[in-house]
Parts: sequence; structure tokens; C-alpha cells
Amino acid sequence: MMRDMVRQFAEIEITPFIERMEQGKFPHEILKKMGELGLMGITVPEIYGGAGMDFTSYILAINELSKVSAVVGVILSVHTSVGTNPILYFGTEEQKKKYIPKLASGEYLGAFCLTEPEAGSDAGALKTKAVKQGDHYVLNGLKVFITNGGEADVYIVFASTNPEKGSRGISAFIVEKDTEGFIVGKDEKKMGLHGSRTVQLTFENMKIPAENLLGSENTGFKIAMANLNIGRIGIAAQSLGIAEAALEAATGYAKERIQFGKPIAINQGIGFKLADMATSVEAARLLVYKAANLQSLGLPCGKEASMAKLFASKTAVQISTEAIQVFGGYGFTKDYQVERYFRDAKVTEIYEGTSEIQRIVISKHQLKMK
Amino acid sequence: MNFQLSEEHQQLREMIRDFALNEVAPTAAERDEEERFDREIWEKMAELGLTGIPWPEEYGGAGFDFLAYAIAVEELSRVCASTGVTLSAHTSLAGWPVYKFGSEEQKQKYLRPMAEGKKIGAYCLTEPGSGSDAGGMKTTAKLDGDSYVLNGSKIFITNGGVADTYVVFAVTDPTSKHKGTSAFIVESTFPGFGVGKKEKKLGIRSSPTTEIIFDNCRVPKENLLGEEGEGFIIAMKTLDGGRNGIAAQAVGIAQGALDAATEYAKERVQFGKPIVVNQGVAFKLADMATSIEASRLLTYNAAWLESNNLPYGKESAMAKLMAGDTAMSVTTEAVQVFGGYGYTKEYPVERYMRDAKITQIYEGTQEIQRLVISRMLTK
Repeated sequence: MMRDMVRQFAEIEITPFIERMEQGKFPHEILKKMGELGLMGITVPEIYGGAGMDFTSYILAINELSKVSAVVGVILSVHTSVGTNPILYFGTEEQKKKYIPKLASGEYLGAFCLTEPEAGSDAGALKTKAVKQGDHYVLNGLKVFITNGGEADVYIVFASTNPEKGSRGISAFIVEKDTEGFIVGKDEKKMGLHGSRTVQLTFENMKIPAENLLGSENTGFKIAMANLNIGRIGIAAQSLGIAEAALEAATGYAKERIQFGKPIAINQGIGFKLADMATSVEAARLLVYKAANLQSLGLPCGKEASMAKLFASKTAVQISTEAIQVFGGYGFTKDYQVERYFRDAKVTEIYEGTSEIQRIVISKHQLKMK
Repeated sequence: MNFQLSEEHQQLREMIRDFALNEVAPTAAERDEEERFDREIWEKMAELGLTGIPWPEEYGGAGFDFLAYAIAVEELSRVCASTGVTLSAHTSLAGWPVYKFGSEEQKQKYLRPMAEGKKIGAYCLTEPGSGSDAGGMKTTAKLDGDSYVLNGSKIFITNGGVADTYVVFAVTDPTSKHKGTSAFIVESTFPGFGVGKKEKKLGIRSSPTTEIIFDNCRVPKENLLGEEGEGFIIAMKTLDGGRNGIAAQAVGIAQGALDAATEYAKERVQFGKPIVVNQGVAFKLADMATSIEASRLLTYNAAWLESNNLPYGKESAMAKLMAGDTAMSVTTEAVQVFGGYGYTKEYPVERYMRDAKITQIYEGTQEIQRLVISRMLTK
């Protein structure tokens, strides 16, 4: 039901907006409608204004949205997994009442500020500082690659409150967009995900009320890492959506495109390619939904989330590459969607932990096995 | 599919894992070297109820499902791929067509003793001139009074010579290609039934593969399986399920190789530290584990679909395709992790690598799986 509803929404509401997103337009109108349908707070409990559904439903939504638009998929993933969940899991009752209903309804959009120029995979090396002065903290620093940056209303920001302690000296803060000293910097020009904003953020003597500290001081790293599995399964679902869309497009084209008097799908060179693509997509789907199922049941899923992310993102890149090949010269043009899938796919191997980071996680689990 | 294995499935896995480690693994290398089938292992499997896992109790089976059967083949193959394929051919290729297409009498007479493990089953489809093109077979069956007379030769028969009950395909109407084929249940004691050359193989060496010769072999009319002319359909449907068994075998081989490579990588010290500390090795293990998990999910999903009477032809082809390729790549990488030692018979990984290759060939080559999948995608 959830799948059908989201699929219909994506096809009817998002498809006409694709071209504008490709021109760089952020899809506020779409997000507003998603809020009305309850998609901006799928897993948020009803008492905080959410839909109170399970994690698998959320993954279904990301999967279906990404089939039409990977941009809308990632906006929702970031908004939910790292924009909303940290407040839901670590916030005080007051913080939850203040922010969660607005995030769940789509009135507010969420974002997450961890990465810095020198702190990518090594998140503990961040340099942004937060110094307590009376009843507030003063933040200074630079964050990069912030998805939803500039468009979001609420940011979960990580800064060091005790630089000597490294990752154990990091704290998390809830920062509102219109805070003084919050400066939106350079907009990244990207290979794909056009329409999703990725910006630099500078904090210049930005004063944050002490009550906006999330969790207790120096527990920020734990907060940052707590939603990793959720974030990874979300991006794995986004990857799956991209791969499914590329496979569907390539299959449809191969059946219609006539060369040498017959549809190109009849040739084993094309037919077998499609078979390999479909097999990888089916395997990726099972990995994604198994990880989602474990997360829904509250069971450990660190290894499974990393496997789903690693495999699904690789599949998205491979399938979208092969899809262009099936389309031939037409696939290289903007007349068809496959070149967009190809450009959008690459980042899934990079954000929410690169494929190399996933391999570190998986190999650690593998070595613990008897 | 249900991603959580039931308590019963988990218990079954533990039981088979114990059995495999204690009864099958210790002689696996030796049986491989000697090309020796061990009937004692088979009898122990029968005692444990492994020889009829998916068949109802009324036919002597364990009354379990195809997922349980896949788990059994996987766990056996994790220590010995030959034992895995013995069970797979017996269950999927001989038991299955009798269960699906047999009369009540045939099931009581043939399925029950197979399920109980008193008889071993085999499947005779392939001929020298008819491999992937199963419709090109030349073995004939001519009705003569109250029996059919079979003439011809079948090759690459798994469990050949050790099996008692053979599901055999032969041409009853040479004027019609696919609709002229029929299936028969043939006992090894029937006059005119002969076991020919035993193949010397790269892998799965303790599973016998032989030629089976029919020389005016008389098969009672009541041993016709299904209708006359239904043979090709029976053969193809049987292979759909057989693919699940081979996918499970491939997953087991790959898992066995990963188990060995992981343990070795933790213990082997070079440059003063275990080699697994190097990402070059650890990431290899991570990729191996991820491919295996993907293959396992495809296999269980196909088995689950079959258990729930849902279509599974495309899914079992996908499972077999990915699991076969995974078994080949993971076992090759496992030998690489072991270095020079992996190339020797001192460790089991070279055996796993040799055993893996056949999973890309039998029960439909990878190319045939791609044909099946692509036809379903583009129809």
C-alpha cells in the first residue's frame, strides 16, 4: 500500500518537476506535498506528529521516490535519518516538542553538519569549535558537503567542546537557519543530484542557546554514529531505486529498438546483459530489505546495513553504466533519462560512508565470526 | 520472503552443521583424492532424515519445506560439495519429478524409499549430442506389449552407478521434437540397464558421474512418469527446482572457502602482523562476504517462493547464476589469501576452487540461466 501510494505520487507529482530540478531548482513544492501525505515523518511516532510507521515503510518510500528522482530520495533520507532522528533519539522532551512536529509535517526541513575539509571518513578529526559562554555556546568553523544546506531550517551541527579528547570531545547542537553567524557559502557544482543543494556552511561566532545542546556535552560522536545504519540503509534504498529505474528503461528500450530487422533484446549480447543487471538488482533488493527488516525489528544490523549499502551502490553505478550502453548514442543524450541515472548513481558509493568505509565495517564483523 | 529464519530452520542448520563437521568434513579431502563415494555417510544422512526433507511424511519425508532443503545442501557443501550434490541430485532431480508428476502408486513405491534414504535417486537427461539443447536427445522408448523398451546412452549422470532409482527421459515420438519426449522411472536392476564409463573430474570427485546405457532395457508401462509426451515439460520444471539446490551448493562452497580464508588471514603473520590487518586482504574478505550474503538471499528467496507455491523460475535462475559466479570468484580469492599454501592439498581451498567450477555448468549453464532470465524480462 505504502509502495503503491508513493509510486503513484512520484509518477504524478515528481516526474513533471524533473526538468526543473535538472536546472538546479530545489523541489520545495514537492516536499510540501510530501509533508501533507505524511512522508516527511514516516517513522516519527504519532505523538510527535509523525505517521508512526515502521522503518521498512520508510525504506519503501525512499526506494520508490528514488526510482523517479534520486534527488527527492536523498533529501528525504537526510531529512529523516540525520536531520530528525538525532533529536528524536537524543533530544529532551522540550527539544522534541519544539522541533519534531515541524520536521515531521514538512514545515521544517532538516540537515546534518559533520563533514569538514579535513574530516571526511575520519569524522573525529573535525576542527569546528564550540566554547561555552554563560547560557550559550559560541561556534566557529567550516562545514562542507552539507546536503539540504541553505534550504533546511534545522541543522544538527557537530563541534568540538574539548579538542584534547578528539572524538570524545565532540558535542552536537541543534542550530536554526536564521541564527546570527550562520553563513551559507559556496554551492557545490556537482556531477549529479542536480536540484539537491550541497553547500559549505561557515559559523562565525555563532551563538547557540545552551538548551540547544543535543544530549550531554562530549557525546556528539555517539550521536553522529547512532544513525549510521539508518542512513546507510536509506542510501542503499536510494541506490536500489536508481538501479531499478535504469534497468526498467534499458529493458523497455531493448524491446522496442529495432536494428537489423529485429528488437536488439533478441541478441544475447543485449539479453544476457539485461539478465545480469536484473540479477544484481534482485540481489541488491534482498540485501536492502533484509537490513531494513532487522532495523525495523530493533535487531543488530551493522554488517547487513554496510553490505546493503556497498552492494546496492555498486549495482547502481554498474547498471546505470550498462543502461547507457544499451541505449547507445541516444543514451548519451539528455533525450533519455539514463544519463541522469548514471550521474546520480556515482555519489551513492561515496556519501554516508564510502564503499571503502563499508568494507572496513564488514571486514571487522567478518573477523569476529567464528 | 520472511527474512528471519524460523526456530526450526535455525535448529536444522545447527544439526546439519554439527553432522557435517563431525561426519563429513574429516574424510572430505581423502574421498576427493580417492574419488570415493561413501555410502556410510549417506546412511547416516538417512538416519537424520536428510534424504527426504521437503516430502510429506506420508511419503516417508520429513515434511519440511524447500528452504530447509536448501539449508541442508548449503551446510553439507560448506564442508564437502560432493556430499551436497549427492543430496541435491537425489532430492531435486529424482524425488521432485516423482513427487510432482507421479501417481499415488509410484510415489509409494519410489518416492518413499528415496525419502527414507533406502534408495538413492538420479536423473538421466543429458546425452553426448544433447546438453543445453535437451530437446535433441536420441534415446528412444518403444512400447512393446506392457512395457517400453529403452535404447540409448546418457552421460554425466550424477549418482550414476550408486543410485537405485533413475528418472530417465527418452523419445517416444520421433516426429515431434519436444512433445515426443516421455519420462520413465527406471530401476538399476531392470534387464538392459548398464553403468558405463565413470568420468574423471576436476572437482566434486567423491560424487560419481557416469554414463548410463540402455540396451533393450525393458521398463514396465506403469513406470511411465506423467503422460506420454510430457517428458520435456517434466525435465524443464525439474531443472527449475534443481537450480535452487545447486545455488545452495554454490553458497555452501563459497561460505566454506570464506570460513577458511578468514581464519587463515587472522593467523598468518607477515611483516610482523596478521595479514588481515592489511586492507588489501580485509577488503577482499568484505567483498567475498557481501557476495555470499547476496547469493544466499537470492537462494533462500527462490526456495521460499517454491515452498509457498509461487512462481520461482526467474528467481531460481538468478540465484543459480549469482551463486555459481560467487562460488567461483570467492574460492579463487580464498586460494589467493592462502598464497602458496592455498595451492597445496594441505588446505581445503584448492578443493573448494575445483568444486566451484561445476556450479557454473550443471543444472543449466550460466548462459542458459541468462537466457531464461532475459526471456522472462523481455517477454
